[in-house]
Amino acid sequence: MADPKTKKAPAAKGAAKGAVTKRNGLNANLSNGVYRFSRSRQYHKKALWKFMGKKTAKTVKPQKPRTVEKPIGGDKNGGKRVVLIKKRTSAYPTANRIRKHPTKKLFSEHRRYTRPTLTPGTVCILLAGVHKGKRVVLMKVLKSGLLLVNGPFKVNACPLRRVHQNFVIATSTTIDISGVKLPEKINDDYFRRQRVKRAKKEEGEIFAKKEEKYAPSEERKKDQAEVDKQLIEAIRKNPEKKTMFAYLKSMFGLRSSQYPHRIKF
Amino acid sequence: MPFQRFVETGRVAYVADGSNRGKLVAIVDVIDQTRALVDGPESGVPRQELRLNQLHLTKFRIPFAHSARTKVVRKAWKDAEISKKWEESSWCKRVQNVAKRREMNDFDRFKLRRVRKHRNHLRTIAYRRLTNKKIKEGVFKKKTKEELVKIRADSAKARAGKKAKAGKK
Repeated sequence: MADPKTKKAPAAKGAAKGAVTKRNGLNANLSNGVYRFSRSRQYHKKALWKFMGKKTAKTVKPQKPRTVEKPIGGDKNGGKRVVLIKKRTSAYPTANRIRKHPTKKLFSEHRRYTRPTLTPGTVCILLAGVHKGKRVVLMKVLKSGLLLVNGPFKVNACPLRRVHQNFVIATSTTIDISGVKLPEKINDDYFRRQRVKRAKKEEGEIFAKKEEKYAPSEERKKDQAEVDKQLIEAIRKNPEKKTMFAYLKSMFGLRSSQYPHRIKF
Repeated sequence: MPFQRFVETGRVAYVADGSNRGKLVAIVDVIDQTRALVDGPESGVPRQELRLNQLHLTKFRIPFAHSARTKVVRKAWKDAEISKKWEESSWCKRVQNVAKRREMNDFDRFKLRRVRKHRNHLRTIAYRRLTNKKIKEGVFKKKTKEELVKIRADSAKARAGKKAKAGKK
């Protein structure tokens, strides 16, 4: 076949031409069943005389079998039975069978959807939480659907952290983090809140609640340093590394007559 | 100052709204108080009627009779070099700059801010250098009475001289 471009053009032309002639030859319904051309005119126009007296052989379609023979077990059952393929209407049950529903999906099994702009390596702007306004790097989307972001901590003091995608603006700036290897243990469980078991009731200590302040564990500090090192190395590979570091360091803010829904990120 | 630009045949206008936004057209005919027949053969706008509030009038006008055919409009447009003149105009440059600014992403905006900061820094240094120089020369020093009288007399003389010159002319 010739290439489609050259083939298409004459075909379209031909179709247009065909439509014109067809309109002339069309037996239009003038009104109420009165047609433009009489039967005899149509006979000549369509050249029906060509086909008069000719007989076309009928094609016989092979019939599909209606019944199937099924083997039947047991001694006194005759061994087989002829069964209709299409059941008679009377053979269908009048009520629908109650089916077992699959159990409700747990939250952990829900299907997650992440915005297509949120790919690993994207620079995001945090909109909520302690670190709001900071520009951070998206490391990964966790199984729970939350985003794993990192400042890096050394650059803008935002540690490895989980955020929901609704509290993030994805920018079009990306950092190639294909070389960054996250430790396996950094998953949702890693970030789970540690609950201190309540001490047994003892007199006098019921109301004296201790104020606890968050302090990162040694393990976290170590992991943070490890990830930071790799991420900073990745940012260094950027052609505009100096500006990029300054960019990640800077805070996001809106000025007068800047509307987030109108500006590009 | 009286009006300079009118809705008239041959007036080149900038389409500010609608599907042909941002293109230039020439007014071919004025239909009524709110609409005009326009044509933009060189800017890719088919001949159509447009509401006048969609049009912003430019300073350009090209000579052709009203309801002229597209061919005539095209020729007049080309002869007057409207496309070239428009591209040189500050209006066009402003439009282009606005578009450029709109296309910027967050990182670009940051970079721009950084560069501007740097420029302003250099500017301040240069300004300070100039002012310091003047301070050293004693321009901003508090003047004594006698000095003030002298300065006033000098400026009055200069003004009188200017007036005399203007009168001669």
